[in-house]
Amino acid sequence: MEKVDFIGNISTKQGFGEGLKIAGAHNPNVIALGSDITSSVGMDIFANAFPNRFYSLGIAEQNAVGIATGMALNGKIPIFSTYGVFAAMRTLDHIRISLCYNNVHVIIGGAHAGISVGPDGATHQALEDIAALRALPNITILSPCDATQTRLATIAAIEKLNGPVYIRFGREPMPNFTIDTQNFEIGKAQTLRQGNDICIIATGHLVWESILAAEELAKQGVSAMILNMHTIKPIDKNAIIEAAKQTGAIITAEEHQITGGLGSAVAEVIVKHHPTPMDFVGMPNSFGESGKALELMEKYGMNAQAIVQKALSIIKRK
Amino acid sequence: MNINELKHKAKEIRLDVIRSIHAAGSGHTGGSLGLADVFTALYFSILNHKPDQPNWPDRDRLILSIGHVVPVHYATLAHAGYFPKNELITLRKLGSRLQGHPGRDHGLPGLELSAGSLGQGLSVAIGMALIAKLDKKNWCTFCILGDGELQEGSVWEAAMSAAHYKLDNLIALVDRNKVQIDGDTESVMKLEPLKKKWESFGWHVLECDGNNMQEIVDSYTSAKKIKNKPIVIIAHTKMGAGVPEIEGNYQWHGKAPSDKDIENWKNNLK
Repeated sequence: MEKVDFIGNISTKQGFGEGLKIAGAHNPNVIALGSDITSSVGMDIFANAFPNRFYSLGIAEQNAVGIATGMALNGKIPIFSTYGVFAAMRTLDHIRISLCYNNVHVIIGGAHAGISVGPDGATHQALEDIAALRALPNITILSPCDATQTRLATIAAIEKLNGPVYIRFGREPMPNFTIDTQNFEIGKAQTLRQGNDICIIATGHLVWESILAAEELAKQGVSAMILNMHTIKPIDKNAIIEAAKQTGAIITAEEHQITGGLGSAVAEVIVKHHPTPMDFVGMPNSFGESGKALELMEKYGMNAQAIVQKALSIIKRK
Repeated sequence: MNINELKHKAKEIRLDVIRSIHAAGSGHTGGSLGLADVFTALYFSILNHKPDQPNWPDRDRLILSIGHVVPVHYATLAHAGYFPKNELITLRKLGSRLQGHPGRDHGLPGLELSAGSLGQGLSVAIGMALIAKLDKKNWCTFCILGDGELQEGSVWEAAMSAAHYKLDNLIALVDRNKVQIDGDTESVMKLEPLKKKWESFGWHVLECDGNNMQEIVDSYTSAKKIKNKPIVIIAHTKMGAGVPEIEGNYQWHGKAPSDKDIENWKNNLK
């Protein structure tokens, strides 16, 4: 089980930028491609450290994906990042053919993921990026839970993988609670809490909300297990099956549409291997709107209270 | 090869394009034939490459953005010695290394990119040219675009960035055959004034008759001397060039020849 230790609020994009800089220092083949919002996605940390390995490409995301492909085919490891809505969806056919069909080692940073982007409103809240990319062969999808883990995930994507990778992270400063020495392995879910009555399988910012939810559930006599599913694809089937066997009830929690996201990926495993009562915490087939991050998470049912409510009702179906 | 030898080679390549598409029973005959002279010039005169070492690090890179004309690329690669010519008749068949649009995952030597969704190849070529500059390498990147393809907006994102980075190690060629599936490019979606468009994006523009071997070789030779700008050659070709029965006929964009066509054309190849 991984240790959890709250140390304050930090934006996950900070972890992305720091990870890029560390991997860039290890390997001169690491190259960054900016799409006009270099500092908004945390990439300025790399660009300032290695200006000769940073290329400004302007507001032209499709071209950036193609350029990254050409670089990767010649031995480089390019990182392209912009807001998740554009990184994953404006470019989707380019990611499908240039990146995934050619199976090149390119890292795409999907910034400003989830409803917690807040005041910018629906246009800039990436809530469909996982669904759009999850159907593509060859791609790895990472959704780390805090700034520390985003740093480790970024370094691992660059140093441990060989194909296309999408890393999803947010803008708002959010609780940072995983520790530097955690055992982070792509494709391997982390158990953050043991429990026997229900398992909360969460990703991204909602992992912290799951920790809060599990504490509330404990007060009500419900023992909740927590799995941090930081890798959405390939999904850790064994961890899901074991959790279903151990607890007999599953809740998924993500800052993403319920359709096609983490919940769907987990359900695909559950239905085939160990049918278990299940429910989904996520965006209910709707666009977002302007507001503060925590207000929106409450309004659209993606916070600790929503997890507690659905957990209590699913347990009754066991 | 001298010009006469190149012309003879182009005729052999055309015959293999026709045979392979005929054997497949489907495929893009018109555009493949229209580019036979350009591909022959590239692989037998212009490109610095080693067919027995397809991954030679210092080779020039050729990116085919219009993947649907890949039969002419396959035939040219086979004639250049990348793989046996008798494999050409496996085009588009189950288990073949010669996919309907280029797919590197099937292991055919000589392909730089899996492609075929229009509007993506130029960006990939730019990524390669940027790396040659970064690593101070002398190899060039060549890219083949279709004229209808230029209706994709992403081509112009790419065009802007190549000029921004002054990529004089990038030579694109537009197959200006003036036709696309729905008909004449100028009635489907106007491309003219095409030369001015590229010039205004910061490119050095050359024009040639894309079915005249001497003009193709001369254009590429002068393109290599241009500094500080990416180069585009607008090659005026005829769809179906070399086969008088179908030259300029847009209905041959995506049609395979029949047994009877093969008989009729074989003796008339120009």
